Amino acid sequence: MKQFWSNNRFLILRRFTQISILFLYFGANAWGWWVLRGNLSSSVIVDFALVSDPYAVLQMLAAGATISLDLFIGAATITVFYFLIGGRAFCSWVCPINMVTDAANFLRRKFDFNRMQGPKMPISRNIRYWVLGLSLVVSAVMGIAAFEFVSPISMIHRGLVFGLGFGWASAVIIFLFDLFVLKDGWCGHICPLGGFYSLIGRFSIIRVFHKEENCTLCMKCKIVCPEHQVLYMIGKESLSVNDGECTNCARCIDVCDDDALGFSLRELAEKK
Amino acid sequence: MLKGKKEPISDRRKFIFDMARGVGVATLGGFVWSAYLNDAQAQKLLLRPPGAIKEEDFLKTCIKCGLCVEACPFDTLVLAKPGVHKPLGTPYFTPRDIPCYMCPDIPCVPVCPSGALDLESVLTDNKLDINKADMGIAIVDEDSCIAFWGIQCDACYRACPLLGEAITIDYQKNERTGKHAFLKPVVHSDPCTGCGMCERACVTEKAAIQIFPREIVQGKAGNHYIKGWDKDDDKRVKDAKAIKTTTEISKESALDSLNDSGDLY
Repeated sequence: MKQFWSNNRFLILRRFTQISILFLYFGANAWGWWVLRGNLSSSVIVDFALVSDPYAVLQMLAAGATISLDLFIGAATITVFYFLIGGRAFCSWVCPINMVTDAANFLRRKFDFNRMQGPKMPISRNIRYWVLGLSLVVSAVMGIAAFEFVSPISMIHRGLVFGLGFGWASAVIIFLFDLFVLKDGWCGHICPLGGFYSLIGRFSIIRVFHKEENCTLCMKCKIVCPEHQVLYMIGKESLSVNDGECTNCARCIDVCDDDALGFSLRELAEKK
Repeated sequence: MLKGKKEPISDRRKFIFDMARGVGVATLGGFVWSAYLNDAQAQKLLLRPPGAIKEEDFLKTCIKCGLCVEACPFDTLVLAKPGVHKPLGTPYFTPRDIPCYMCPDIPCVPVCPSGALDLESVLTDNKLDINKADMGIAIVDEDSCIAFWGIQCDACYRACPLLGEAITIDYQKNERTGKHAFLKPVVHSDPCTGCGMCERACVTEKAAIQIFPREIVQGKAGNHYIKGWDKDDDKRVKDAKAIKTTTEISKESALDSLNDSGDLY
């Protein structure tokens, strides 16, 4: 039991935050709760602070909309939070699509799809930055926030809070894509919101830290990591994972049986 | 070089290929994406919450957070779901299902963080005034409205929150029976807010009075028409500047104009 907890504690915590955030939003719409109103595009926390999706605001800016002061402050709040503290934590601790892609990734490992699929697809993980740039260009040309109109994240999240319609199909598309077409396809290659938070979260304080002297080179961490390229130092050097693409999901910490991985604040880690 | 043996691909060629592929795929994606967006915002026949800014700006400005939807006590407002063929995630209402009940405190507008719902537009002397809302305009289909048939019905007139202003009843003699009256509903476009309570109340199978966005159904006479009998409108003449155009008068005698056209006979 203790072993189970230490091997899954961050996974359980993440599912807990993801589901409770969804539930709080749902309760606000369904039963008038006041903890978290709105949705991930923009919300009011405890009837006081307005926070907004900075990437959505950026697209609106590109589209030529007048940004209200409220939205600007809300987007700045979120940006500062992930920039200083959270890193790319949105992707693994808040985003509802994370559960879909984690499920696909899990099944892939369980059924060993990764070995069956043969040579890897020649698809770069940098596509997301292209999509990010493209979304701003398309927003500017079309005069509307381009990704917000196609975003499966918004569709699913908004759908679960306000009524789903055909929104469930977008989750199915991502699940099947990740399962059969490309490993970590959506979150690790395409999603421009993930790309956006990768860029913003590069300098945040909370980091995963690797202690090389404890490492037994079992490589379980690299197998579960959805952005395995960020763990290049495993077994080589004691370093903190400073790459912005690390989502701070802490699955690597969970699966490590040798205490070679743990959370640490960037500064402390660098002093050691 | 021997036949069949290929030159190794140089780094430079590979670099050029990668760049070309990047730009090519981005262009492809950009066009597909734009085409979808163009289609996605094509739906013009939808009714926005009170205080909504111009549709074109609304699509840019609305962040789709749903705070207006949560604020609406009657569940009038909904966010467009995938599959309803409306701009995704934006708020709208369907008056035949639930109309806007014109809350005097307009809860949906002040909560809007983005300015897509403009508080200024529903203020009179710094006080909230729902009657300033402009969600659309009611249109009567005279063919299916039973009041126009001569059957007595004033459901829409009674349902109108601006009874006697936005909808009035026009009494006319029914020549067919000779002893009855038509009670025809007439919508006045200025006071009508497009709340849709008339559409909700309409007794016909499909509503004979329906709300449409104003810019869709209203025409425009043009600035050069001035209502001389309307004092306010007539003021525009005072400030109007005459535009003088000079056409040169022909120097030939007017009498010759008929004689000159030799082709007549």
